[in-house]
Amino acid sequence: MFDTALTLSDLMFLIKGAGMTLAVTFFAVTGGTLLGLLFGVVRAQVSVWAALPLIFVLDVFRSVPLLIQLVLANAFQAIAGLNMPPFVTSCIVLALYTSAYCTEIVRGAIEAVPTVTRRAARSLGLTWGQDMRFIVFPMALRVALPSWIGLTLGVMKDSALVLWLGLIELLRSGQILVTRLQEPMFILIVVGAIYFVMSFPIARLGGQLEKRWREND
Amino acid sequence: MIEVKNVHKSFGTLEVLKGVNLSVKKGEVVSVIGGSGSGKSTLLTCINGLEPINSGSILVDGVEVHAKTTNLNKLRRKIGIVFQQFNAFPHLTVLENVTLAPRKVLGMTKAEAEEIAIKQLTHVGLADKLSVYPGHLSGGQQQRMAIARALAMSPAYVLFDEVTSALDPQLVGEVLDTLKLLANEGMTMICVTHEMSFARDVSDRVAFFHKGVLAEVAPPEQFFSDPQHPETKEFLSNVR
Repeated sequence: MFDTALTLSDLMFLIKGAGMTLAVTFFAVTGGTLLGLLFGVVRAQVSVWAALPLIFVLDVFRSVPLLIQLVLANAFQAIAGLNMPPFVTSCIVLALYTSAYCTEIVRGAIEAVPTVTRRAARSLGLTWGQDMRFIVFPMALRVALPSWIGLTLGVMKDSALVLWLGLIELLRSGQILVTRLQEPMFILIVVGAIYFVMSFPIARLGGQLEKRWREND
Repeated sequence: MIEVKNVHKSFGTLEVLKGVNLSVKKGEVVSVIGGSGSGKSTLLTCINGLEPINSGSILVDGVEVHAKTTNLNKLRRKIGIVFQQFNAFPHLTVLENVTLAPRKVLGMTKAEAEEIAIKQLTHVGLADKLSVYPGHLSGGQQQRMAIARALAMSPAYVLFDEVTSALDPQLVGEVLDTLKLLANEGMTMICVTHEMSFARDVSDRVAFFHKGVLAEVAPPEQFFSDPQHPETKEFLSNVR
C-alpha cells in the first residue's frame, strides 16, 4: 500500500514555493515582453548596422547560461553596493534574458507582415504609429503568439535557477522536502505536477486564441 | 492634376525610372502598359510618396510630393492606391477594413464612416459581405474591397497597380467592370495594366513604358492602330 510522510503543511510549503515561481515568472515575462517589444520594433525598423550594439548585447544574454548570469549579476550588484534583494536581482536578470528571446520573436513577427499590406495602410494616410497600432501589431500578434507562449513556459521552468540566489521557489521547496523526507520520487512527481498545473492554462489560452483567429482570418 | 517631371529613380545601381514625364488631368484615365519589371509599379509608388525619387519632381495639385515640407499623410488622403495583392487587412472585417482610415485619418465617427463604407461597398457589389473577414473572400472580391477602401477616403486620384494580375482568369472581369464603372463616373485614374482591351476601351490615353521612360503616350485609337514608336509596335505585335 502506498504510504508517504508528506503532510498537508508540506504541501502548503510547496504551493508557497510555486507562488514564488509564479511571481518571478510574472515579473520576468512582463518586463521581458515590454523590453522585447521595444527592442523588436527597433530591430525591425533600423538597419542591421545601426542595431549592432543591441544585437550584440542581446546575443550575450541569449548565449551565456542563465545560471552564470544570475550569479554574476548578484555578485556585481553586491560589489556596486546596490543592496538589491535576491528577488529583484532575479527578476531583472530573467527579464533581460526573456527580452533577448522576445526581441527576435517580435522582429520576426513584424517582418512577417507583408510590405504591400503596410504600404496599403500608409497609402490610406495612416501614420507610421497608426499603421503599427492598427495593422502591424494585430497581424504580428497572430504570428508571435505560439513562440511567445513557448517562451513564457520556458522561462517558468528556467526560473528554478533563481534558487542559486537563495530564493525558495517551487523546485527548491521540493529539494528541501526531499532532504527531510527522503522520498525523492514522490516529491518530484508532486513538484512536476504543480509545474504542469501552472503551465497548462497558459498553453490552453494560447490554443484558444489561435483557434479563434483561425476561424476568422 | 498630377505632373511627373523628368523623374529618375534607382534601386542601388539599377535605374528603373530614367526621366519619366507624364501629366494627368482631372477626370482623365491613363493606362500604363509595358513589359514586366520595367518600373511601371515603381512610378505609381513614387507618385504617392511611398518611394523616394533621385531627381525630378512629382506635383499633385501643385504640391511637390517629395519636398521635405510636404505632409505625406495628408497628401495621401487624395491619392488612393490599389495594389496587385495582399491589400486586405486580414484581422479586420470587410466593413472594418473600409472604415479604418476614415475614422483614424479623417476623424469620422463610427456611424459616419460606416455610412460611407456601406455606400462604397455597395458600389463595388460587396454589400452582403460587410461582416465577413477577407480570408473568406475570393481574390476578386478582395480587390473590389480594396477599391472601396480607397474610395471611402474620397480621393481625387486613384492609382491601380496591376490589380487583376494576381487573379484567376474568371475573376478578372468583375474587377475590370468595377474599374470601368469608376472611369465612367469621371474618377481620375492611372492604371498600370496588362489588360489591353481595358486600356483600349476605358482609357483617355495609353502610355507605353519602355526602358525606364514613357516611350509613347497617345489616345487609345491612335496608340493601338498607329503606334509611332518602333518598340511600341513590337510590344503590341507580341501581345495581340
